[in-house]
Amino acid sequence: MTDSKYFTTTKKGEIFELKAELNSDKKEKKKEAVKKVIASMTVGKDVSALFADVVNCMQTDNLELKKLVYLYLMNYAKTQPDVAIISVNTFVRDCEDPNPLIRALAVRTMGCIRVDKITEYLCEPLRKCLKDEDPYVRKTAAVCVAKLHDINAQLVEDQGFLDALKDLLSDSNPMVVANAVAAISEILETSDSAQSSLEMNSNTINKLLTALNECTEWGQVFILDSISNYNPKDDKEAQSICERVTPRLAHANAAVVLSAVKVIMKYMEILDINSDTVTMLVKKLSPPLVTLLSAEPEIQYVALRNINLIVQKRPDILKTEMKVFFVKYNDPIYVKLEKLDIMIRLTNQGNIAQVLAELKEYAAEVDVDFVRKSVRAIGRCAIKVEQAAERCVGTLLDLIQTKVNYVVQEAIVVIKDIFRKYPNKYESIIATLCENLDTLDEPEARASMIWIIGEYAERIDNADELLESFLEGFQDENTQVQLQLLTAIVKLFLKRPTDTQELVQQVLSLATQDSDNPDLRDRGYIYWRLLSTDPAAAKEVVLAEKPLISEETDLIEPTLLDELICHIASLASVYHKPPNAFVEGRGTLRRSLPRNQSGEAPLGETAAAAPAAPVQQPTVIPGVDSLIGDLLDMDLGGPTPYQQQQMMSQMPQSAPAAQPQGAIDLLGEGLDNLLGGGGGGLDALGGLSDIFGSVSQSSFYTPPQEVWLPANKGKGLELTGTFARRNKQIFMELTFTNKAMQPMLGFAIQFNKNSFGLQPASPLQIQSPLPPNQSASASLPLNTQGQVQKMEPLTTIQVAIKNNIGVFYYSCHVPMHVLFVEEGEMDKKDFLASWKEIPAQNEVQSTISNVQHNADTVSQKLRNNNVFTIAKRNVEGQDMLYQSLSLTNGIRVLAELKIQPGMSNFTLSLKSRVQDICPAIQQAFDGILHN
Amino acid sequence: MIHSLFIINSTGDVFLEKHWKSVVNKSICDYFFEAQSRQTNPEDVPPVIATPHHYLINIYRSSLYFVAVVTTEVPPLFVIEFLHRICDTFEDYFSDCNETILKEHFVIVYELLDEMLDNGFPLAVESNVLKELIKPPNFLRTITDTVTGKSTGVSATLPTGQLSNIPWRRTGVKYTNNEAYFDVIEEIDAIIDKSGTTVIAEIQGYIDCLIKLSGMPDLTLSFVNPRLLDDVSFHPCVRFKRWEAEKILSFVPPDGHFRMMSYHIGTNNMVAIPVYLRHNISFREGGGGRFEVTIGPKQTMGKPVENVVLEVPFPKSVLNVTLTCSQGKNSFDPVSKLMTWDVGKIDPSKLPNIKGNITLQTGVPIPESNPTITVMFTIQQMAVSGLKVNRLDMYGEKYKPFKGVKYITRAGKFQVRT
Repeated sequence: MTDSKYFTTTKKGEIFELKAELNSDKKEKKKEAVKKVIASMTVGKDVSALFADVVNCMQTDNLELKKLVYLYLMNYAKTQPDVAIISVNTFVRDCEDPNPLIRALAVRTMGCIRVDKITEYLCEPLRKCLKDEDPYVRKTAAVCVAKLHDINAQLVEDQGFLDALKDLLSDSNPMVVANAVAAISEILETSDSAQSSLEMNSNTINKLLTALNECTEWGQVFILDSISNYNPKDDKEAQSICERVTPRLAHANAAVVLSAVKVIMKYMEILDINSDTVTMLVKKLSPPLVTLLSAEPEIQYVALRNINLIVQKRPDILKTEMKVFFVKYNDPIYVKLEKLDIMIRLTNQGNIAQVLAELKEYAAEVDVDFVRKSVRAIGRCAIKVEQAAERCVGTLLDLIQTKVNYVVQEAIVVIKDIFRKYPNKYESIIATLCENLDTLDEPEARASMIWIIGEYAERIDNADELLESFLEGFQDENTQVQLQLLTAIVKLFLKRPTDTQELVQQVLSLATQDSDNPDLRDRGYIYWRLLSTDPAAAKEVVLAEKPLISEETDLIEPTLLDELICHIASLASVYHKPPNAFVEGRGTLRRSLPRNQSGEAPLGETAAAAPAAPVQQPTVIPGVDSLIGDLLDMDLGGPTPYQQQQMMSQMPQSAPAAQPQGAIDLLGEGLDNLLGGGGGGLDALGGLSDIFGSVSQSSFYTPPQEVWLPANKGKGLELTGTFARRNKQIFMELTFTNKAMQPMLGFAIQFNKNSFGLQPASPLQIQSPLPPNQSASASLPLNTQGQVQKMEPLTTIQVAIKNNIGVFYYSCHVPMHVLFVEEGEMDKKDFLASWKEIPAQNEVQSTISNVQHNADTVSQKLRNNNVFTIAKRNVEGQDMLYQSLSLTNGIRVLAELKIQPGMSNFTLSLKSRVQDICPAIQQAFDGILHN
Repeated sequence: MIHSLFIINSTGDVFLEKHWKSVVNKSICDYFFEAQSRQTNPEDVPPVIATPHHYLINIYRSSLYFVAVVTTEVPPLFVIEFLHRICDTFEDYFSDCNETILKEHFVIVYELLDEMLDNGFPLAVESNVLKELIKPPNFLRTITDTVTGKSTGVSATLPTGQLSNIPWRRTGVKYTNNEAYFDVIEEIDAIIDKSGTTVIAEIQGYIDCLIKLSGMPDLTLSFVNPRLLDDVSFHPCVRFKRWEAEKILSFVPPDGHFRMMSYHIGTNNMVAIPVYLRHNISFREGGGGRFEVTIGPKQTMGKPVENVVLEVPFPKSVLNVTLTCSQGKNSFDPVSKLMTWDVGKIDPSKLPNIKGNITLQTGVPIPESNPTITVMFTIQQMAVSGLKVNRLDMYGEKYKPFKGVKYITRAGKFQVRT
């Protein structure tokens, strides 16, 4: 007798028949009928019409029948709320049944009936069950609180269930504790208001640690996750928690292991990096991670995604375990790809030979995605380990000989990167590459090949023919290829001007006249103008020495990495994105790693003080995949702000000088004609010079940039900056100069609490990576919605700047006038009233010396900076200006400025309810008037 | 936590769904089917799939997909482990876990799922607790049920193990014959390259137990050479403190079968490779090729190598193979291109050999690489790592149990590149 019979009903009046059976007097028949109903329900048939009949069967003392009816109720109560109410009484009664199993079952089912009307009836029975003498009932009730919270959060908070739940954390039974923790974490997940009442302290953490040893594996996961959200007071506490958590690393359940890894990875940040504890912990983390890789493939996948983060944060942990990441041919593809990624991260000089042999093996496999990634990996090895570059290039050449189309294309893309990394070393292989020109059909491979031809045009005899062959189908090419082709031909022209004029004209006209793509047109025009005005400058720009590409690609941006480390074992760690980037409706609360406090006090403060400050957006450093885009940019120098700036400054100077002599000789008749006759082109050129020429001048006083962070304090990063106000918005103008030997990347900025609540309004956007000896500037918009804390002096702002090298601190002074708002003008009457209202002892007088302006210019200058002159009087030959201004935080300041004609010293009297700000205002006046 | 579960068969039918919270429409599985359609092999479907409102975490077992739906940020390993546990439970109850069997025991499946999770939180997962709550089907019970006309699959009392400090064991266990068996099983995962050099070799070890002891026995198991074990994971019953301090396994065992510990002996140790392959595989222009493989024992400490099976996944361009083997049976599946050679036992004096011709499809280029051969074997009475149990002691009960330890070495993922 099997259950499959419940599925086989062929008659038409099925529902009708079931109805009759449900109302039968015989208990057995009833039960069979309920079973049939449930069978239909689970295969998705709609049996909701039987609701009332099924609910009628509920009043029974047969546990099995009761359970079946409960099952049905849970599924359908939502669609039939009115009938569901009749079941309430049974629940209330069952909650007082002498059998704890029935009490627990009732409280469990109650919570699953997701009907608003019912919930309020359930509060009383639930409250009783939370204090039930039987732990089985208590632990079930704990989960029920979470269920209820999901249906009606307000009710749960009003009824004090959160406190009851918190009390359960101290329960004598570990299973109850574990379920309470689980319920709490689920509630916290969805509710911000519950945050305060459910906060963990070291006392509760201690209780959790005790329960950890005794509760079930699932409970251990909840408890460990909860502990990982707690920030320990000091390194002693962190150390002791780590010690109590490490035994979990030997658990058979992979989820427990990974959650324990999370706690330890997070807490290690607090510990002193050189301490024995850290060394010991690092040693202990490696074996369990390796063990996870012999579990089921799904577990391997999640483990590998997490290991990818862990090796980026602490490369020490798995440095000797390279071999476990070798790919087995029957691993699922998602495991293979992840293993490959980690292999590259762990590659070093010592193991490169083995890795390379493996990669070559992989490149002969059948799965195309995997083969491609393996070929790329070989290129990454070459870039990472210089000593092995030659061997890698050899391997790639072997692979090209196989003539397998996608292998060849992938190999060419990575060889281009190798050329970038080791210029003038492996050019002998270009001939081999050129043989495969015809087989390339993917845009990226074509673009890479074209780049190589352009870059080494002087060594390839038939470079012009090769490029010309690409030019034939120019219109049909992908933009990437078009841009690259344009650049390559211009390079060729600059290297071999004699016989390639026609080619360059052809490509310029194709790019500027026959294309709709603005990028292509712009680049075309810029080249055109460069070539026609100053070929020397063109050479300098187009053939400029390219910055070396960095060794590590695909690295996760450090702030993001730190955040992800806090989310090890969670979905975020699988996606490598912070949770709020992909889970719907989540609060903006973001986790950050705690810091080691010894000697780094300000950092801890900044990190703790500004939890709301936006961290830099998760921008992942462009990996090899997007390097080509990068390359294109650099060739041209157009889109990067710095180089654009450079070009702008070059062009106007060189243009007039170069026009008469150089251009025409070099370009000859053809291009000249084009320039003269082709109206469209010329117009556009005119437009261009306009853009370059006029820069609208703002009359707002922006202090000159000062050095905030000297290079010797910023490990090579020099930072100068100032503050400005444009369009009612405050900006922090920054110029970053890289004086170190290596490129810098991953810039982020954070403010400490300050007097005016200034904080960045958007993430820092700056050219990244910033190559050595280059600078880049950025305008960081600020708002005043940050946290406020009075600083001494008032205008001080403490700032932390972070990049791949480290975190640096400086403090700077915000000139008060950028905080003057545009709406600061007062009515005359109001002004008079306020002036009288503010007591005389609040008046502060000072002298501004050495100003050479008359009253009108002074008033105009101040007005430009949002100090409004309300009235002007002439008293005894002196000009009296009455002025008002208003700060971002609403503080009003009234001013009287006394100007004696012929005297260069002005007297300024300030009146405000808040006296503290007067010195800063005086300074601001001083600054504006001396500008 | 876990919102819903869908079980999907190989033809893409959702034949069972279970919701622990509000009902999620079956159409959510379309995202899964979409991901599935992008892969050619059924096992290549990514385990975590994001959809606009939900996450689908799935495992693939016994040709079925178990797809869990979650809506909040949960540890994916938690869900994966749990799905595997559900499968284990089904196998435990019905001795297998396939579509027919699940449909056959449909009501029990439903009851089990309902008992294992509450609101998406694990509730009763331990096999002994479940079995007290919901009786597994058996022949005898079916008969009595039909005769007496009532079925009492559901227990009306609270399982005793549920809340004790040792939830894995129920009280009042009684046996007439008290026995405890320990299997030390070691699996060799290895990759051997063309020339016969070991690229990587590691040992995945398990100690599986069958304990039939009355009462509440407290056991200790010690090893002759515990220092071999530095990477271990234990069943919750093992007292970790004692292991750390004395390298002794001390535990109150669950009743019946369970895996007490698993251990991993990594690549940094030398692993003895018990078999070797001599192979000569070549493809020629013109649609053919030769295939010859000989297998022989290497470091087996004199123990026979048994249950040897070789699997050769030929490239897709192979049309057929005609092979003759000196012993055992061989077969070739023209669809999957998999050649299986069931060798049996290796006789060291007469090494098993297989050879013959390969026919390629006409007009396709010759394969660029040779297949990787998977080897399976078993060696009884040997633990390849050399691990040895020293003694087993029992406290807490008066009777004298019968004790037995068995050692088995077998191939895990043992692959030879050719």
